[in-house]
Amino acid sequence: MNISDRPPAPGNPANSESDMPSTEPLSKTKRDEVIQDPITAAFERHLTRMAGLPDWWKEMKQKAMIDYLALPMPTRKAEQWRFANLRGLAIETYEFNPALQDEHRDRARQSNLMVAHRAGGMVFVDDELLDHEPVSPDLAKKGVIWEPIESALRNHPEIIKDYFMTQEPHLGSEKFAALHSAFVSAGCLLYVPKGVEIDLPFMASHWSAGQNSAVFPHTLVIAEENARVTLVDAFESLDRQGKHLACGFNHLFTGEGARIDYQVVQNWSQNTWGFQINSMIAGRDATVHSLAINLGASHYRSENQSLLNGEGSRVEMYSLSVTDKDQQIDQRTLQSHLAPHASSDLLYKNALMDDSRTVFSGLIKVAEDAQKTDAYQSNRNLLVSPTAEANSLPGLEIQANDVRCTHGSTTGQIDESELFYLLSRGIRPNLARELLVFGFFEEVILKVENNELASSIRNLIQTKFREDMAARKQV
Amino acid sequence: MSTVSPTPAIDIDREKGNFSYPENYAYDAGVGLNEKVVNYITDVKGEDDWIRNFRLKALRVFNNKPLPTNWATKDLETIDFDKIRYYLAAGQKPKRTWDEVPDDIKETFERLGIPENERKFLAGVEAQFDSEAAYSNIKEAVGKQGVIFTGSTDGLMEHPEIFRKWFGKVIPTGDNKYSALNSAVFSGGSFIYIPPGVKVSHPLQAYFRINAENFGQFERTLIIADEGSEVTYMEGCTAPKFNTATLHCAVVELVALKGAKIEYITVQNWSSNVFNLVTKRAIAEEDATVKWIDCNIGSRLTMKYPGVVLKGRRARGEVLSIALANDGQHQDTGAKMIHAADDTTSNIISKSISVGQGRSTYRGMVHIPKHLKGCKNNTECDALLINSSSRTDTYPAITVRGNDNSVQHEASVSKVSEEQIFYMQQRGLTEAEAMSLSVNGFVNDLTRQFPMEYSVELKRLIDLEMEGSVG
Repeated sequence: MNISDRPPAPGNPANSESDMPSTEPLSKTKRDEVIQDPITAAFERHLTRMAGLPDWWKEMKQKAMIDYLALPMPTRKAEQWRFANLRGLAIETYEFNPALQDEHRDRARQSNLMVAHRAGGMVFVDDELLDHEPVSPDLAKKGVIWEPIESALRNHPEIIKDYFMTQEPHLGSEKFAALHSAFVSAGCLLYVPKGVEIDLPFMASHWSAGQNSAVFPHTLVIAEENARVTLVDAFESLDRQGKHLACGFNHLFTGEGARIDYQVVQNWSQNTWGFQINSMIAGRDATVHSLAINLGASHYRSENQSLLNGEGSRVEMYSLSVTDKDQQIDQRTLQSHLAPHASSDLLYKNALMDDSRTVFSGLIKVAEDAQKTDAYQSNRNLLVSPTAEANSLPGLEIQANDVRCTHGSTTGQIDESELFYLLSRGIRPNLARELLVFGFFEEVILKVENNELASSIRNLIQTKFREDMAARKQV
Repeated sequence: MSTVSPTPAIDIDREKGNFSYPENYAYDAGVGLNEKVVNYITDVKGEDDWIRNFRLKALRVFNNKPLPTNWATKDLETIDFDKIRYYLAAGQKPKRTWDEVPDDIKETFERLGIPENERKFLAGVEAQFDSEAAYSNIKEAVGKQGVIFTGSTDGLMEHPEIFRKWFGKVIPTGDNKYSALNSAVFSGGSFIYIPPGVKVSHPLQAYFRINAENFGQFERTLIIADEGSEVTYMEGCTAPKFNTATLHCAVVELVALKGAKIEYITVQNWSSNVFNLVTKRAIAEEDATVKWIDCNIGSRLTMKYPGVVLKGRRARGEVLSIALANDGQHQDTGAKMIHAADDTTSNIISKSISVGQGRSTYRGMVHIPKHLKGCKNNTECDALLINSSSRTDTYPAITVRGNDNSVQHEASVSKVSEEQIFYMQQRGLTEAEAMSLSVNGFVNDLTRQFPMEYSVELKRLIDLEMEGSVG
């Protein structure tokens, strides 16, 4: 039995005095002999490969590497890592400078992007740019920028300098932010000038391919005043059994009255340790809609933070995770209301099979002058298997009084009365269960406005669910 | 006058308990905490060696544990354990009739209405004045049923076969820093045993009074309800207002054996200089029910998370809690439900009201491990914010595994509806009356579950606390 000696609470991780020294079992002993440290050595090689890039960019990376080594590896004693599981994570065992083989390139080329009708596309394999499909001349003329980060460094350094990694992580991943900045090379910059509205989505696809490869996908979207744009990120692995590390960041900036729709489909290999940190800033009357589908990775940590800086802004954060085997998905969210009359809506759904485990820890924070805030936060866990475990920590910190903030969290099984209804209509038990589980998914999938993407997502999820059910029947 | 409670609203509320009598103690352990103090307490009480060793071990645990400020408020750092007096008593044996109680102490409890309530509706009363009970009595009829209602030391010495088995078992010494402190210097509190099948028809009551400045009260309560028995226990507490911080650090352990029912009601109305750091937990065996009704109105900082370990099949745990945080107050309360058997159910309903600069926090823990089935939890926390500088936080943690288990958690934060206030004002109520009515409406579905006398008292307290909060 687990009777903790402390009640649940958030807190400042900096104060967990007792556990600071024991946090970095590997890098600490090796910091004295910096050259031997495999990550530092990998970083030196990375810098050599990046020789042609601007000096300020390399200096930023060097600083990030120092931060990475100095920052302690988080432990569960820190409130933001409560219930998290970093056991078995050995960052130094990954290949940080993978050499890409032609076979990988060919296989990635053969796969279609999830959306066929798009405004622009980009494909990366092990952080190498494979394909860049530019915007139409019309959009280019309007000033829309759609470029890989590395070419943007040369062509639009001022944008990168102003925006790259400028939203600090609030949910505990400072060390992973430093790792990402040190090794980042793949990613896209999408800049939409004032008043430009684009209906078709942009699509970026990242593959992990080589043995033990580590990838660092980056997405930076800036929508100026009254601009409107949609971007889809897809994360996949060529080999479903491949061992990988993924540490991606995604920053969205919306100007006054702008709207960004961001969707991410995460389907890394079954042996991937994944970290995906999303941040968004909503300006005055701006709207940010973000939606995540999580299917892959053995261990996945997703942080999703939104800062509602502008009056009248709105943020929507939706997520659906389907976990099986001994997958662990750890989700942390923040809805930070800093301005009055803003609203936010969050719905995180998890369907858990086998021995999988999920953590949802969400926080709505309302600052003193953010009056008339309307914030909602909801976490729904469906335990499909009796051995799965769902942890839910929905939190509120409210300092303004004229607000409407609610959260709800439920964890349970398939509703017996719903099942009974379907059975009474002559539907077989297995099909009835499947229909009810798919119904659970639909609430999130319906929020994907692009039909093509929605049906791609539906297929991916249903395949995963059916494979799992079939595997279980055989046992 | 306390420096932390500048608003008149609090002054009005606390008047009833805000008086003190000159100190006149036969037993005084001095200032500060060390082995000498612990030995002094043990010697004065004439305790057995195993209790002395229990206390000394607890002192070491207390000294070794860090403050929990990695998650809790930094305000805890302001408690200076070296400036507190840990044991003050006028006499060792509680009196059986009010006539024998020393005049000033008797007067204290008369002003608080205790003897009157005893005559009216209580089955037994214990009145603790600083470290020791000044009065303890149980109605003859109840005593004849075999109910034991005694102080902590007497319980351990006179009925070791009943109390020693469970003492410190529900809440181990090292559970947290403050339970360790209590284990080292505990004095007073009630030890209650209800024999199998006995249903105590009227509530038993304990009343805790702090009279001295710079004092720490460390009562220890253990209630054992044997198979099929039922009991309701109520506790109330007040203290005069002093300029310096006062500490109240209790440990309350409940054991509900097969089919037993325990209802534990607290109305906490400490003055606003009291740090109220209390550990409360129950074990519920098969078919047993434990219900904590917890009402926190006073204190500077309260940290209290009553819990139930649902150990037997079909056991049920409930926490109903109301917190009112005014200027300078932080009500950090919540609940823990540890499911440890099949078909166990738990329910948590928490309502908090923050007024002025007051801050209320809910922390909850619900744990359903994987080998269990048919467990259910329902949690609702509602917070009402009255002024623009009021603050509320909610931090639940829910872990669910297993077959056919389900939990639901809901929380909402709102303010008093302007339409409601407008409607009532239009019917001729003043804004303050309307506000108070509206706030009472917010907690009404909970107060209805309180015994009559308490819900009336609570309504009155809320009226007073709300006075002067509008505008």
